[in-house]
Amino acid sequence: MSEAHLTVSHSPDMETQEAPAFSISHKKLVMWLFIISDAITFGALLFAYGYLRNATPDWPRPFEAPSVINAYVMTFILVTSSLTMLIAIRAARAGDKSRAMTWSFITVVGGLIFALLHIKEWLGLIGEGLRLFSNPWGSNLFGAAFFSITGLHLTHVVGGCIAITVVTLGYKRGRYNHEDLEIWGLYWHFVDLVWMFVVPFVYLLNIKH
Amino acid sequence: MDSTDHQSSSLTTYLAVYVVILVISGLQILIAYENIDAYRIFIRMLLLAIIQAGLAVTFFMHMRSEKRTLALFLLPAAVFVLAMMNMIWSDSFRLLNMRPFAH
Repeated sequence: MSEAHLTVSHSPDMETQEAPAFSISHKKLVMWLFIISDAITFGALLFAYGYLRNATPDWPRPFEAPSVINAYVMTFILVTSSLTMLIAIRAARAGDKSRAMTWSFITVVGGLIFALLHIKEWLGLIGEGLRLFSNPWGSNLFGAAFFSITGLHLTHVVGGCIAITVVTLGYKRGRYNHEDLEIWGLYWHFVDLVWMFVVPFVYLLNIKH
Repeated sequence: MDSTDHQSSSLTTYLAVYVVILVISGLQILIAYENIDAYRIFIRMLLLAIIQAGLAVTFFMHMRSEKRTLALFLLPAAVFVLAMMNMIWSDSFRLLNMRPFAH
């Protein structure tokens, strides 16, 4: 994939190539800009949740040990999938296509296992009576806060699984190169990073004492 | 044109950061069960989460191998927005004291 050319005049000998900003490709810069904007989105959601929680005397604290263990297992799976993505990118940089693809697909499997554990947890909570705007434990705001934050994160995980699968298959065909894998690796690490904030604020601060 | 062709850290570095991140997650669980007031738990959680995020950005996302100007372009702006949106916390405490829908 070549860098864009910025032609100052139409005369071929005056053609100028603009240096890429920050010495990274536009694709990578765009992904970083997206990551920053998405980080702010999650920050806003978490702040709104914190603001409401602080102002609500009867905020429910429903999570017991099994939920906490489940959250840690999910953290372990997601962080491990970040590691496997790094291994995939290292292999891609070294030109080892089949190893890169294997580790890339392992990353996707990790993401899917995370998603399944998350949905299983949701179903358990729904079975206990948690809804978007009601629950048997306390303030009605809890459900909306919980499902919106974890739901948005889950959407990012599933979206990332799809994207990494598409890019890995394209990489196999030669449409994408190691840099494209690396760019989606950035996205995947970001998704992991958001989870590192979601767990303490949404789960651990709502442990039943 | 990518100046970051040399940017791969060693697998040992990745593994070390991976283990540290998981250990910090475990620490957060221990803190959650401590018998201290909610504000102190919150601050400790926030600090540990920021450390985890810093490690992820620096090592996993290769920020340390990128040009310094990229980090300066992206990170202060993001931190500024995240900090500024927290400006209205005083309203949250006001709501708590007012308790407009208290039974």
